[in-house]
Amino acid sequence: METKERTEHPPQGSPPGREERLEHGDDLPPGHEAEHNYLNHEKGLMSWLTTIDHKRIAVMYAISLSVVFLVAGLLALAVRMELFTTGETIMGADMYNQTFSMHGIMMVFLFLVPATPAVLGNFVLPVQLGAKDVAFPRLNLATWYIYMIGAFLVIGALIVGEIDTGWTFYAPYSTSDAATTADGGAVMFMTMAIFVAGFANIFTGLNFIVTIHKMRAPGLTWNRLPLFVWGMYATSLVQVLATPVLGITVVLLFVEQLFSIGIFDPTLGGDPILFQHFFWFYSHPAVYIMILPGFGIMSELIGTFSRQRVFGYRAIALSSVAIALLGFLVWGHHMFVSGQSAVASIIFSLITYLIGIPSGIKIFNWVATMYRGSIWLQTPMLYAMSFLFLFTIGGLTGIMVGVLSVDVHLHDTYFVVAHFHYVMMGGMMIALLGGMHYWWPKMTGKMYHELTGKIGAALIFVGFNVTFFTQFILGSQGMPRRYYDYPVGYETLHQISTVGSWVLALGLFSILGNAIWSLWKGPKAPANPWAAATLEWTNTTSPPDPHNFHHTPLVTRGPYDYHLADEVFGEGGDGYSGDGAGDGSARVPEPPEPEPAAARS
Amino acid sequence: MNDGTIWLPEQASTLAPEIDALFYFVYWTSIVLFVGVVGAMLYFAYKYRRQHPGERPAPVKENKLLEISWIVIPTILVLIVFTWGFQSFVKMGTAPPNSYEITVTGEQWNWSFTYPNGTSITNELHVPVGRPVRLKMSSSDVIHSFFVPVFRTKQDVLPDRYTYLWFEATETGTFKAFCTEYCGTQHSAMDAKVVVHEQGDFQQWVKTGGGVADMPPAEYGKVLYERQGCNACHSLDGSDGTGPTWQGLYGTKNHPLSGGETVTVDANYLRESILQPGAKIAAGYGNVMPSNYNSLSERQVTSLIAFMKQQSDKTLDSGGAPLEGSAGAAQ
Ligand code: HEC
Ligand code: HEM
Ligand SMILES: [Cu+2]
Ligand SMILES: [Cu+2]
Repeated sequence: METKERTEHPPQGSPPGREERLEHGDDLPPGHEAEHNYLNHEKGLMSWLTTIDHKRIAVMYAISLSVVFLVAGLLALAVRMELFTTGETIMGADMYNQTFSMHGIMMVFLFLVPATPAVLGNFVLPVQLGAKDVAFPRLNLATWYIYMIGAFLVIGALIVGEIDTGWTFYAPYSTSDAATTADGGAVMFMTMAIFVAGFANIFTGLNFIVTIHKMRAPGLTWNRLPLFVWGMYATSLVQVLATPVLGITVVLLFVEQLFSIGIFDPTLGGDPILFQHFFWFYSHPAVYIMILPGFGIMSELIGTFSRQRVFGYRAIALSSVAIALLGFLVWGHHMFVSGQSAVASIIFSLITYLIGIPSGIKIFNWVATMYRGSIWLQTPMLYAMSFLFLFTIGGLTGIMVGVLSVDVHLHDTYFVVAHFHYVMMGGMMIALLGGMHYWWPKMTGKMYHELTGKIGAALIFVGFNVTFFTQFILGSQGMPRRYYDYPVGYETLHQISTVGSWVLALGLFSILGNAIWSLWKGPKAPANPWAAATLEWTNTTSPPDPHNFHHTPLVTRGPYDYHLADEVFGEGGDGYSGDGAGDGSARVPEPPEPEPAAARS
Repeated sequence: MNDGTIWLPEQASTLAPEIDALFYFVYWTSIVLFVGVVGAMLYFAYKYRRQHPGERPAPVKENKLLEISWIVIPTILVLIVFTWGFQSFVKMGTAPPNSYEITVTGEQWNWSFTYPNGTSITNELHVPVGRPVRLKMSSSDVIHSFFVPVFRTKQDVLPDRYTYLWFEATETGTFKAFCTEYCGTQHSAMDAKVVVHEQGDFQQWVKTGGGVADMPPAEYGKVLYERQGCNACHSLDGSDGTGPTWQGLYGTKNHPLSGGETVTVDANYLRESILQPGAKIAAGYGNVMPSNYNSLSERQVTSLIAFMKQQSDKTLDSGGAPLEGSAGAAQ
């Protein structure tokens, strides 16, 4: 039996680290932490609006992004409601078209693309690096303002005109005033708003790249970086390289509109397929901006809650970077039936497969990490397992739509809608929710309600599958996407899907309730409730000090060396510096100065 | 006859069985992989579940063979799928030389089909069974996409160039075609009927201009009322729709217009309303009637007018309608 070799050490409380510290009473240094942490060391609205603390900026982003998610989510419920019956259910065709367009635009450009870097990246990344802040704290604050301006401009665009183009803005529908309910002007306004919001991403990406290169704590070599940092690094590369293309596209739209120079609009001599190339040259990498942070979160969750070193660390780290770079070469798989050349389609299909492989490898690695672990089924781990379930379906159906001739049948049907919801919602959003539960105690200093958390995870899992699995069947049966009305034959499946969306919404609201409960009367969080081994858990309090650490941590081992837990958590407190090198690499002698227990007081 | 499965609709073209075989190959391979991944995950989650908090599992050694095999095996699988998909894709892209060519025009929000002999019809594609058909497609406004699920084929229809799509139907019957590229308000209503005839019936159908060559005008007008999609907006029973009902419309004196003035609804007014719908707007309605009906032939317009006259028991003395022409004769 495996447990034999796994439990050589006498039990030391649950989980390692937590009880010990509670007993010793050194979890919250008396009279210290409760008074002084990043949340309470300054007070008042202005102290937030002018803060350059990466943790506070993360919190401000979390609030803004939650509002965006709520609005975009309610729009989705309205879309599903309209599809409950054939014909008009709750709104007319134009209203429906605007609703799904705004849902897509807000979810993609204002939520999924910025969400994880802005909230978890901002909060966790500098702490995981053992840094006091990001490299450019003022720039970091500026990104929040830029994002907010972008978000308000999106609302402005709604006032200027009725945007009903879908999130893809295909020309000439989006550019010709005659053909469209929205006119070209409103579309220009909207694309510009998106580009402004995109600037926030460029700056965040730049900031992270420099931070990761320059601000790692002593001993934190590239091979010891937590995989979340690797995920953020790959994401940042894509953000910096891809987002400018969006800018170029917006400029070209302006030039065409203002000077009537034909670029995309065929009535002026332009080429509408060129627009699709521009759009996907940005938007396919953007799907990786959305998923790579999720990969990073997954590695942290699976490692921590399996108490195993993440299997194939190097493969996971490098495949993220490989995906980031190869991701620039597959945009044409969105255009197999657009009229682009067959040769181009064939090449894009081949590269699409090559990029599917690294994603598959990651899945295998995560599952292998659970082998011979000690699997602790807390809420974040339930999300991680949901992710494995849902993202595997998303990835495999990605392979399905990457098959040239099969995609001819499936393109622009609900099958594609289901595919990208399985990867974006089932993948990224689930990972983000798991990550939010995981880091919630660190961010707020409060625990959430565990059982409610588990029920929420289960409701979301069930609701999600009911909503979107039915859409695979709808799609392969031929139901086109972006349809206000549909033949009666599809009605039953649409109704099941709509009911699923209610369960999903219920699950999401239960999380909101849990969060409010936790802030209001949740129990105080210990510094390391999960017995995790990365710096944000081992070397600082919950919530952290305004400067994260009193002394720069010294790193002497890998991020997932849980087998050293006794040394790490049991004895010298919870610092990296308290143990020997676990992986046989050169042991950095423990300096007397940054002894963690002393460091905190 | 293949009735379709839970996943795919029935097969009605020569390409469909091949696409479906590939679909099911990816499908079953995916299921095996999925069951493997999720099965292992659930098994580990159970077998190695935390039994008490002090557990210190020993680290698992990396396993090169395992890691290489889960790179190599999926790579081989996707290369098989790629090659297969690529071959059938090339087949889909190359129409046989003896194909029968039909010209297709997409326009917000109608499909019109023109046959080699000039016969033209809206929102109904008639084709012969057992003979390759090649559609030469273009759009007169935004991008559309022509999709026939039972044929497993689809192609975007572009405003500035021709795109092509071919199929060979294997089943007679009536099927559905959709527009699958979002094109505005009525995108979801931009569908067409695909009617597959026996070869002989098809020849007959084309020769008689879609089976309507010898029809009297009012009867032909009734066919057009449906084929041209007037029925989407105009009712015959007095009920209100997107446009005014045709019941009792003809012959109305003092018919109110949006500008406040009135007209007499005679054949001239009807003709103008069809060919230039924006010129005079009926009071209480938006200017949303499609403007592309000006491509209707003279026979089609007069037949429609004759049909509209039938929907009303009012009459006008012909003095009020000098341009009535042949439509008047039909009554
Ligand atoms: C998309 C909806 C729509 C379709 C399809 C449509 N119409 Fe109309 N039609 C309208 C509307 C709205 C009006 C009233 C506004 C106006 O006068 O232009 C109208 C007005 C008319 C009028 C004038 C009626 C009056 O009361 O003044 C005639 C005649 C007419 N349509 C004929 C046709 C014919 C014939 C067809 C088919 C070939 C057709 N319409 C198809 C929407 C439509
Ligand atoms: C396993 C790897 C993946 C493969 C092979 C893959 C393949 C594809 C292909 C071929 C399409 C085009 C289908 C069509 O329009 O007919 C597509 C669409 C899409 N994919 Fe993926 N995909 C993968 C993973 C992802 C991930 C990780 C994301 C995002 C997190 C994503 C998001 C999307 C989106 C948003 C669309 C649809 C865009 C639209 O048309 O609106 N995909 N995918
Ligand atoms: Cu893509
Ligand atoms: Cu359409």
